[in-house]
Amino acid sequence: MPGITREEVAHLARLARLELKPEELDHFAGQLDDIIGAVARVSEVADQDVPPTSHPLPLTNVMRADEVRPSLTPEQALSGAPAQEQQRFKVPQILGEE
Amino acid sequence: MTTTTDLVSYEDALASYDPVMGLEVHVELGTRTKMFCGCSTELGAEPNSQTCPTCLGLPGALPVVNATGVESAIKIGLALNCEIAEWCRFARKNYFYPDMPKNFQTSQYDEPIAFNGYLDVQLEDGESFRVEIERAHMEEDTGKSTHVGGATGRIHGASHSLLDYNRAGIPLIEIVTKPIVGAGERAPEVAKAYVRELREVIRALGVSEARMEMGQMRCDVNLSLRPNGTETFGTRSETKNVNSLRSVERAARFEIMRHAAVLSGGGTIVQETRHFHEDTGSTTSGRVKEEAEDYRYFPEPDLVPVAPSREWVEEIRAALPEMPLARRTRLLAEWGITATDMQAILNAGALDPIVATIDAGADAASARKWWMGELARSANESGTSLDELAITPQQVARVTELVAKGDLNDKLARQVIEGVLAGEGTPDEVVDKRGLKVVSDEGALTAAVEEAIAGNPGVADKIRGGKVAAAGALVGAVMKATRGQADAARVKELILEKLGVSEG
Amino acid sequence: MTDSTIIKLTAAQIAEKIASGELTAVEVTEAHLARIEAVDEKVHAFLHVDREGALAQARAVDEKRARGEKLGPLAGVPLALKDIFTTEGVPTTVGSKILEGWIPPYDATLTKRLKAADVVILGKTNMDEFAMGSSTENSAYGPTGNPWDLTKIPGGSGGGSSAALASFQSPLAIGTDTGGSIRQPAAVTGTVGVKPTYGAVSRFGMVAFSSSLDQGGPCARTVLDAALLHEVIAGHDPLDSTSIDAPVPAVVEAARNGSVQGMRVGVVKQFRGEGYQAGVIQRFDESVELLKELGAEIVELDCPSFDLALSAYYLIAPSECSSNLARFDGLRYGLRTGDDGGHSAEEVTSLTREAGFGPEVKRRIMLGTYALSSGYYDAYYGSAQKVRTLITRDFEKAFEQVDVIVSPTTPTTAFAIGERADDPMAMYLADLCTIPTNLAGNAAMSLPCGLAPEDNLPVGLQIIAPALQDDRLYKVGAAVEAAFVEKWGHPLLEEAPSL
Ligand SMILES: [Mg+2]
Ligand SMILES: [Zn+2]
Repeated sequence: MPGITREEVAHLARLARLELKPEELDHFAGQLDDIIGAVARVSEVADQDVPPTSHPLPLTNVMRADEVRPSLTPEQALSGAPAQEQQRFKVPQILGEE
Repeated sequence: MTTTTDLVSYEDALASYDPVMGLEVHVELGTRTKMFCGCSTELGAEPNSQTCPTCLGLPGALPVVNATGVESAIKIGLALNCEIAEWCRFARKNYFYPDMPKNFQTSQYDEPIAFNGYLDVQLEDGESFRVEIERAHMEEDTGKSTHVGGATGRIHGASHSLLDYNRAGIPLIEIVTKPIVGAGERAPEVAKAYVRELREVIRALGVSEARMEMGQMRCDVNLSLRPNGTETFGTRSETKNVNSLRSVERAARFEIMRHAAVLSGGGTIVQETRHFHEDTGSTTSGRVKEEAEDYRYFPEPDLVPVAPSREWVEEIRAALPEMPLARRTRLLAEWGITATDMQAILNAGALDPIVATIDAGADAASARKWWMGELARSANESGTSLDELAITPQQVARVTELVAKGDLNDKLARQVIEGVLAGEGTPDEVVDKRGLKVVSDEGALTAAVEEAIAGNPGVADKIRGGKVAAAGALVGAVMKATRGQADAARVKELILEKLGVSEG
Repeated sequence: MTDSTIIKLTAAQIAEKIASGELTAVEVTEAHLARIEAVDEKVHAFLHVDREGALAQARAVDEKRARGEKLGPLAGVPLALKDIFTTEGVPTTVGSKILEGWIPPYDATLTKRLKAADVVILGKTNMDEFAMGSSTENSAYGPTGNPWDLTKIPGGSGGGSSAALASFQSPLAIGTDTGGSIRQPAAVTGTVGVKPTYGAVSRFGMVAFSSSLDQGGPCARTVLDAALLHEVIAGHDPLDSTSIDAPVPAVVEAARNGSVQGMRVGVVKQFRGEGYQAGVIQRFDESVELLKELGAEIVELDCPSFDLALSAYYLIAPSECSSNLARFDGLRYGLRTGDDGGHSAEEVTSLTREAGFGPEVKRRIMLGTYALSSGYYDAYYGSAQKVRTLITRDFEKAFEQVDVIVSPTTPTTAFAIGERADDPMAMYLADLCTIPTNLAGNAAMSLPCGLAPEDNLPVGLQIIAPALQDDRLYKVGAAVEAAFVEKWGHPLLEEAPSL
């Protein structure tokens, strides 16, 4: 398994939206490398013909009828908002796409 | 837009390159509730009034699948001639965006509910083209952001944004085509025809109104060019959220011209998302991302697999309505019209009103005549669609019935329709109020005919001399005398009878 | 009855005395609130004490009784709720700065059930941030002490709940168990904790760590009390798609009729060896002897895949958490950092997450992001899921031969606060014996089996049952508990130093 570089940690941090400090990048690079090195053992079974289990329950088809249930009030919905305006969640400018 | 884009002419582009398209259409389902929670999907509610812990992504909240959402997906899959998965799962598509409360979209990844189908579409001249369907899968919509402080609600230059999550979690079906090859110069037309046919299918199924102008149906156009005669696909661009049929065609056309310019200039196409601009008919580059998206899909652990039983699927299949293309083909034959006539009817949005009018008792020719004539004109003038006119197919059928009985002639019928549209009441009420009845009293008509002959001896002589066409002038005189309320055909008969001439 | 007597009562005894009128719910609640007042400064089991809410609930119980209404089996009994369940109008932090001050607008299903059963919720207990940890040191609000020795960890992530029980601040508590967070704290504090079958207790309103592993469950000082609480919180919930739609096993009846007579009890060879403390193994071996004396047949089992369980867990849980915790972005609720006009929404999200999450949470988010990222998915997440299948198969084979499996709950007794803080791999070993059960989704209990001779700290015995057979845990647990109490002459907790 490849070692985890500082650049890789920085890339993961961007994907995960964590503004890691430089010292954290170094720290995590070492730790993640150790942990991955240890848990990489699972790949011993990679080529075994075993179906994956994503969930412990053998349930299927759990669905609800298309019936309206009460929503929160807008006040409740917005009660935790760090900022709001016009009954909407107020967020800083979105760089997004245009 | 300040950027200019090099283009080559469409003809030149096609002379050297072969376009390959992929179309991704998102359809918002018309379910009562959202895909994973019981919040209403009703339009027009005040902001954030249709949200709950689940669709707001509050800590601890969990999703539960809307059964009607699954059923609609299966309906769409079957209508698109797809196989329906015996077992499939939802997956999480992980990426951060402020309009997405959980910062992952609950979607389907490698296990879509429907896959491997096709949709036959018809171009305007009646030629048909088969578009292969890769998959149709279930997912959820995002919230809506309003950008404040910049110009006209654009993200660019805005100081902040406001988020309303009423739309977050509304069920979406994403329908993805396989690469559309072989359309050649007609590729933009095929794109438009495909989206139109898909819209008709969705409406016929009753799973969504699929109104593009309301964002209920949105299309992403993927396009690439390859040099004529080669097999390998070129690099594609993805033009996002093209929201009208006309724009789908224009976007494809624009991208063909743009790609051709880049390629023929020795450049390479950047794989990127692009935005279509209605005003100019052009596309511009989206934000270039520093690094490739990595959605880190994995099976949604908060939901269990969907395994539609074959019995259920067959039940749904058996209850599917007639598909639009089959219906059009049938009606075209039944009515004895040409593909061009049918296309005109479709373009006018008149097919459903005409069929409804026929169902209400009118004959097909009359129903077509009124909807494509008087009513289409009226809608056009008022800038509305046919189904928004203040007249029902039942009322149009009643008018045709009155005409058939001889109570109205066409001219009077037009006045009746005008009255109904003006809100004067039902056709019968308008007839009463306006006193619009054909004069069918033979005595009165005969008198009027004799009067007209006496008053126009020259014309009468011509007719006697065999010039039957001259009878029109006498008919006109009679109609004038009866203020239009006479049955013109009967008047003509009487005139010829009086003058001892028989029609040619 | 004096406060010091009241706080030593079991939940079953309290309920009985309230029902008979010997005690009022308000008296019971006040006694526990006073105890919290007296000792929690030292223990730090609670993040939030809801004095008013608890007393209001207690008064309602007393009024109900005064009106002659029938009381439920836990009516008026105080409970300490892990701060991972949402409580309408009462702060819920999940031990994280990122939710500091957040007041949920809704109750978790479990919270609703507790209220409907007239259980008195004293407050919210401390925990490792987002339930990630085995020591409660990862709480953003400071560690909790183990009542047996305040310099030692009370286990984690549910250390607040276990410490509240062991320090007699509450007779009942709720925990959640993703990799052992109910059982390991129970083991190191000499209390009882049960991880029910996955899907037995609704996860709606339980802040997610790892959705396919998380399971809420009862914590108590006796097996019967745990069973009484189990019956209140378990059952189908239409708001949780992964909730089992079947009757709750008769756990109370099982707890009242403890027996191992004629049962086949498995001992797995993978659950001992390097890393296990001698005193822990000694107490465990004695427990196995005791089971034999009580009429059980002991069967040796080989479950080779268990050796890979820890590795699979440390890929699956971080993967799911990296996605579950994405919603904490500073935009809709909780902490927001960097909104000074100079930063975009995207930057504010990154700054907020950086400031709001502690190191262990970040570590696991990064690990999970890595395991799911393109190019690594098959090797890591994909393989871990295959291991999960193998573990499930090993359990299935085992349960063809035995009725229950027993093991030490943890390889060691409580370690010192700070001892493993900088060594994540050492910390992860605390869950060695508990994790296979989470991966397979079956049920397990931890109950005290004595003190380790070398440090006089509690040792836990783990009992594992097949999925949906949670009642077996209580049947075996009650028999073992009764035998130990008879042997010791008193419940183990009486040996704990008084605070
Ligand atoms: Mg999509
Ligand atoms: Zn909702």
